[in-house]
Amino acid sequence: MSEDTLIAVEGVSKRFCRSLKKSLWYGIKDLGSEIRGRRHGGDGHLRPDEFWAVDDLSFEVKRGECLGLIGRNGAGKTTLLRMLNGLIKPDAGRLTMRGRVGALIALGAGFNPILTGRENIVVNASVLGLTRREINDKLEQIVDFSELGDFMDMPVQSYSSGMTVRLGFAVASALEPDILLLDEVLAVGDIGFRTKCYNRIHSLANRTAVIFVSHNMPQIARLSTKAMLMSSGRGELFEDVFPAIEAYNALFAHCRRTDWHLAPGVTLDYIKINGRQDQEAISLRTGEPLAVEVRMALPATVTAIEAQVSILEPSGDVIAGINSLLSDVPLAISAPTKSVRLSIASPSLNLGTGAKLLSVGVKDANSRLVLIRAHSAWSLNVSGDRFISAPVYFPASFSLDEDIPC
Amino acid sequence: MPTRLAQDRPEDVPPDLPLTVYTPDSSLASPAKMIRDMLRDLLASRELAWRLAVRDISAQYRQAALGILWAFILPLANTLIWIFLSGAGVIKVGETPIPYPLYVFTGTMLWAILMDAINAPLRQTIAAKPMLAKLNFPREALLVSGIYQTLFNAGIKIALLLVMLPFTGVDLGWGLLLFPIALASLILVGTAIGMLLTPVGILYTDIGRALPLLMQFLMYLTPVIFPMPKGGAAAIVIGLNPLTPIVVTARDWLTGVSAEHLMGFSVVNLLAVLLLLGVWIVYRLAMPILIERMSS
Repeated sequence: MSEDTLIAVEGVSKRFCRSLKKSLWYGIKDLGSEIRGRRHGGDGHLRPDEFWAVDDLSFEVKRGECLGLIGRNGAGKTTLLRMLNGLIKPDAGRLTMRGRVGALIALGAGFNPILTGRENIVVNASVLGLTRREINDKLEQIVDFSELGDFMDMPVQSYSSGMTVRLGFAVASALEPDILLLDEVLAVGDIGFRTKCYNRIHSLANRTAVIFVSHNMPQIARLSTKAMLMSSGRGELFEDVFPAIEAYNALFAHCRRTDWHLAPGVTLDYIKINGRQDQEAISLRTGEPLAVEVRMALPATVTAIEAQVSILEPSGDVIAGINSLLSDVPLAISAPTKSVRLSIASPSLNLGTGAKLLSVGVKDANSRLVLIRAHSAWSLNVSGDRFISAPVYFPASFSLDEDIPC
Repeated sequence: MPTRLAQDRPEDVPPDLPLTVYTPDSSLASPAKMIRDMLRDLLASRELAWRLAVRDISAQYRQAALGILWAFILPLANTLIWIFLSGAGVIKVGETPIPYPLYVFTGTMLWAILMDAINAPLRQTIAAKPMLAKLNFPREALLVSGIYQTLFNAGIKIALLLVMLPFTGVDLGWGLLLFPIALASLILVGTAIGMLLTPVGILYTDIGRALPLLMQFLMYLTPVIFPMPKGGAAAIVIGLNPLTPIVVTARDWLTGVSAEHLMGFSVVNLLAVLLLLGVWIVYRLAMPILIERMSS
C-alpha cells in the first residue's frame, strides 16, 4: 500500500438474511460466536435464507481520487459504505482506512426538534467527531454557510426538510477529513445551495480520498476520477468514468417505456430502421447514416404529413431530432387512403457512444394531429473508435500552425 | 472530469495518519488492543456524552409544563398511597427505624434512581438508532450520557430530600458524608444491569416491555416500602436479593441510621464492577452485529 493510498479494500464480502425472524436469530448466534472469540462470517457459506450483499470486492482509493459508486437499488453500495464507515463487520476480507473519516451520509444526525438550530449545530458537530475547540472555532462559519438567518434561533421542528438539510450540510462542511464518504446527499436543496455544496466538496477533493454514491450520472461524471459499477453485490472497476456510466445505462435499456399510438383510420404496415424490420435493438457506428422507412395507409382527410425522428437518452431526455419541416420538403399526398411509403434518410448520425433510444412520429401537417407515434420503440447501441461522452457531437476541422508572423 | 492543477498537490502529507483496519475477526482475539480501544473510546466520548445529555435534558424539560416536578411526582404518589394503606390498617408493616412516611418516601426515591439507571442504557441506545445505523461515533457516549442524565434526575431528588430531612426531626449523622458512595453504587449496579439487557433488548422488543413489570415485582422483594423482615422465607429471599444491601445502605446513610448491611454492600458493588466490565465488552462486540439486524 503506497503512502498515498487512504482506502484499501481486499476481498470483502458481506451476507444478509431475507427473513426478519431468521435475521434476528442469526444476530443472536453471531453475537454468541463473537463473544466466544470466533471469526465473524463462519466458514464462508450462506446459511438458509441468506444472500451475498457484497461479494468479494477489491479496490483502492488514493488521496485526491474520487471513486464513483453506481449501481441499481439494492446492489450493495450502502452496505459497502457502512463497512467502510466501521458500522458493520465484513464477513470476509479486509478494509483499511488511513486518516480521519468524514461521512456525509446522515445529515442532521442527533438533531432534537425541540432545540434551536444553533443548539443542534453543537450536538451534530459533536456526533460527527469535531472536538470542542474545533466547534468553537467553526461555529460562525457553520452558521454563515447554512444561510438560515433568523431561523437559527428557532426550534428545528419548525424547519422545512430543505432547511434541515441545509443545517446538516453546513455542519458537515466544517469537517476536514482525510477520507470522505458521500451517499446521495446532494439530491435535495435549491440550486444555489447545491452549487455551494459542490464547491465545498471540490475544495476538499484534492486533499481527500472520496467515495461517492449517487444515481445522478452527471454528478458522478463531474466529481469522480474513476468508477465502480455494482450489481448483486459484485463490483466492476472502471479506470474511466464514462464507460461505467454507459454500462449502468445499459442495465436499464430493457426498461424503456415503449409507447405506440395509431390514430383511428391509420393502418401501419411496417417501420424499418436501416432496412431491418421487427428488430428492437439496433447497433450502429457513430457518424453512419440512418434510414427509416414507414409503410402506411392514411385516412382521406390527410393531404400532407410531417415526419420526425427523435433520439433520446435512456433517461428519456431528447438529445437530437430530425424533422421534415426543417428541410422545407412538403410531404404531400395526392391519392389518399392508398398505401404510401415514407423514407427518411440522414447521411450521418453524429451521436455520442453508448445506449440511446429512438422514436419515430408522423403528424398531419395541417391539423397537427398525431397519426403514428412509436416512442422509444428501438434501443440504439452506438459504438465508435473512441468513447464520445457528449450526447451529440458536430464534425469540425482542426489545424495547428507554427511560425505565425505576429 | 475534474483536473488537478500542479499547485493543488499538498506539499506536506502528514506521515502518520490514524490507521483503522476492519476484519471479520472478533476483537476478543486481540485483548490488549481491545482494552486500549475501549479506554480510548471512553475518553473520546466524554464531550459527546455531555452534549447529548444537555440536549436530552433541555428538550425534556422545555416541553413539560410541570418541568422539574416530574422528577419526584411518581415517588411522591407512591408514598402517599402506602402511607394511606398502612395508616388505614389495610397493610401491616413492621417497625421502621425512622417515621414510616419518611421511610417510604426515601425508599421509593432511591428505588426510582435505581430504576432510572437500569432503564438508561436501553433507552439511550434505542433513541440513538438513527445515528447508530449511519454514523461512527464512540458508542460509550450513549452510556455515559445516560449516566449523566440519571445523575441529573437523581440530583433533583436528593436535593429535595436534603431540604426536607432537617424538618422531619431526623438526626442526620456522619453517614451523610458516605451517601455519595451509595449513590454511585446505585448507579453502578443499575447501569451494569441495564447494559446486560441492552443487546438482546434491541433485537427483541419483549425485554423493553417486560422490564417495567419486572422492576415492580423486584420492588416488592426489596425493603423499599417495608422494613427488612425478621425471619421466615421472606427474609431469606429478600436477604439474597443483591439490590437489598445497596438500597438499604443508601437509605441508612441518608437518614442517619447505622448501616448494618455493609458486608453485602461491598460484595454487591465488587460484583457489579466485574459485571460492568463484562457487559461493556459485550456491548462493544455486539454493536456492529445489532446495527446490521436492526431497522435504521
